[in-house]
Amino acid sequence: MATKRPPFWQREQYTPFLLLLPAILTLLFVVLLPLLFSLYTSFTGYRLIRPESLWQWIGFRNYQRIFADGDFWTAFGRTIIFLTIALNLEFLFGLGIALLINKITWGQRTLRTIMMFPMMFSPILVGYQFKFVFNDNIGILNNALQSLGLSDGAIPWLVDKYLANFSIIFAEVWMSTSVFAILLLAGLFAMPRDPLEAAKVDGCNPWQVFRHITLPFLMPFVFIAMTIRSLDVARAYDIVDVMTGGGPAGRTELLWTLIARTGYDNARMGQANAMAYVSILLSIAFTYYFFTKLLAARKYMGGAE
Amino acid sequence: MNGKLRKQIGAIATWVLTFILMVIICVPGLWVVLTAFRPNGEVLAKPPVWIPDNPSLNNFAKIFGFGADQVAIPVPAYFANSLIIALTSTAIALLIGMSGGYAFARYRFRFKNGLFLGLMLSRTVPGIALSLPIFMIWSRIGLIDAKLGLIIVYVALNVPFTIWLIDGFFRQIPKEMSEAAQVDGCTRWQAFWKIEFPLAKSGIASAGIFAFLTSWNEYALASNLTRSTDSKTLPVGLMDFTAQFTIDWAGMSAMAVIIIIPALILTFLVQKHLIAGLTFGGVKG
Repeated sequence: MATKRPPFWQREQYTPFLLLLPAILTLLFVVLLPLLFSLYTSFTGYRLIRPESLWQWIGFRNYQRIFADGDFWTAFGRTIIFLTIALNLEFLFGLGIALLINKITWGQRTLRTIMMFPMMFSPILVGYQFKFVFNDNIGILNNALQSLGLSDGAIPWLVDKYLANFSIIFAEVWMSTSVFAILLLAGLFAMPRDPLEAAKVDGCNPWQVFRHITLPFLMPFVFIAMTIRSLDVARAYDIVDVMTGGGPAGRTELLWTLIARTGYDNARMGQANAMAYVSILLSIAFTYYFFTKLLAARKYMGGAE
Repeated sequence: MNGKLRKQIGAIATWVLTFILMVIICVPGLWVVLTAFRPNGEVLAKPPVWIPDNPSLNNFAKIFGFGADQVAIPVPAYFANSLIIALTSTAIALLIGMSGGYAFARYRFRFKNGLFLGLMLSRTVPGIALSLPIFMIWSRIGLIDAKLGLIIVYVALNVPFTIWLIDGFFRQIPKEMSEAAQVDGCTRWQAFWKIEFPLAKSGIASAGIFAFLTSWNEYALASNLTRSTDSKTLPVGLMDFTAQFTIDWAGMSAMAVIIIIPALILTFLVQKHLIAGLTFGGVKG
C-alpha cells in the first residue's frame, strides 16, 4: 500500500500559501522591497543629481535635520489639524446626511445615487473642480457672491492663508463625506426595529433613542468608514497639488506635498525618504487606531466571527 | 393640531436641508460640465454667463486634435495609456485577488490573520511616500515612463482591497455547496469554476470595477513615474493644461468630463455590490 506522497504543491496544507503566492510576491516586490530600500536611503545623503551619494552613510542626520526643521513641523502640524478637522466634519455631515435620507421616503433612491456622486470623482478632478470654483477672478463662488451683492471685491480664496486652508478642507470634505454617509445609511437600514419601538413605548424622547440606541448601533459602521478613510487620507496630496501646489509661500503645505517637493524638486531623496517614513508611521497609526476601535465595537455588538 | 403643525415644519425642514445638500454636491461638477461646452471667451465673461449661449462640442474636438484650432496636448495618447494601464492592471489584480480571496475564505492556515493584516497594512502607505523608492528602483531597471512600470504598481495597489472584497463574496457562499459537488466527483478546481465562481461573479465584477477606478484615477504615483506620451495617464495629462502661462479652463473642463464619464458609468453599475461588500466584509469580519 505504498502510495507515493504527492509533491508538496499538491498537499492540502500548502494550497492556501500557493494561492496567496502571487499576491505576496507582488506586494513584496512593489511595496516591501521599495520600503526597505527607502529606509536605507533615509540614512544616506542621497541626492538625485549625485548618484554616488547613495552610498554615503550619514546615520540619523536626515532625521535630525527634519526634526530641527521648522517647515517640517509646520507641515506636520498642519497635516494633523487638517486630518482631525476633515475626518470629524466628514463624520458629522455623513451622519446628518444618512439620518436625513433615511427619513425621506419619496425619491430616496435618487438621493442616494446623487449622494454617491463625489465618490466617483478622482481626487485630481475634485482638486481641479474646486480650483475652478474658488478661483478669485472667474470662480463660480465669487461670481455668485457678487451677483447676489454679498461682496464687491474678488475674495482671494486660494491665496489668503486661512481661506486657502478652508478651501482645501472644503474640497476634502466634499470628496469624502459620502463614504461616511453611505456606510452609516447601510447601518441604519440594517438596524433592528424592535429596540426602537420598545424605547418609544418606554417613553424615551427622540434624542434619548438616538443617543442610547441608534448611535451605539452605528458605531461599528463609523469605525469601518474611519478605517477605510484612514487608508487613503494621503489622497489629499492630489487635491492640494492641483489647487495650490502647497503654496502660496507654503501656506497650504501638507506633509505629503513637502515630501514631493523635497524629493523631486530639490532632489534630496535621502531627506525626503526620512519624511516619507514619518508619514507612513502616521498613516499606520491612524489605521491601527480605528481598526482596534472597530474590533472593540464588533465585540460589543456580539457579531464577531 | 399642534403636533401636526410640528410634523409639517419638520418635513419642510428636511426637504430644505436635502435641497441645499444636493446643490452643494451637484453644482461644482455641473459648472465644470457646462464649461466644457462653452467657448473660451464665455468662461472669462464678466458678468458670468450661467447657461452656455451656444453650447458646442468644440472643446472636445480641440483636445482630441480635430478642427482648426487644436491644443498641443496629446489627449488621445493619454486616453489610450490610461485605458491600457487600467484594464491590464485590473485583469491581473483580479486573477491574483481571486486566488488570494479564495484562500482566505476557504482555508484555515498558519499566519492567516497576520498575512491578512500585512496585506491591508501595505495599503496604508501613502502613494507619494511609496513613489520615492519606486522612482529610484524603476529608474535603474528602466521602468520609468513605461506602461509596464505603472501596471505593476497598480496591481500591487489593488491586490489588498480586491482580496478583501472577493474574500467577503466567497464567504457568503455556503461551503457545503462545493463540498457536495466534490462528493459527486468534481475536483476542487472544477467545483470552484462550476459552483463558486458563477455565484460570486457579480461580486468579483464589482471588485474589478473598483480596481479599474483606482487605477484610472490614480495621480500621486503616476505623476512621478511617467514623463511623456509613452505612459502619461489622463489625470497626469490634466496638469499639462495648468503648466502653461494661461490656464485653458474650457479645454481642461472638457478633459475632466472625459475622465469622469467612464467612472460615472461604472460606479452606477456597482454601487449596490460595493456597499454590501464594504459593510458586510467589515461588520461580520
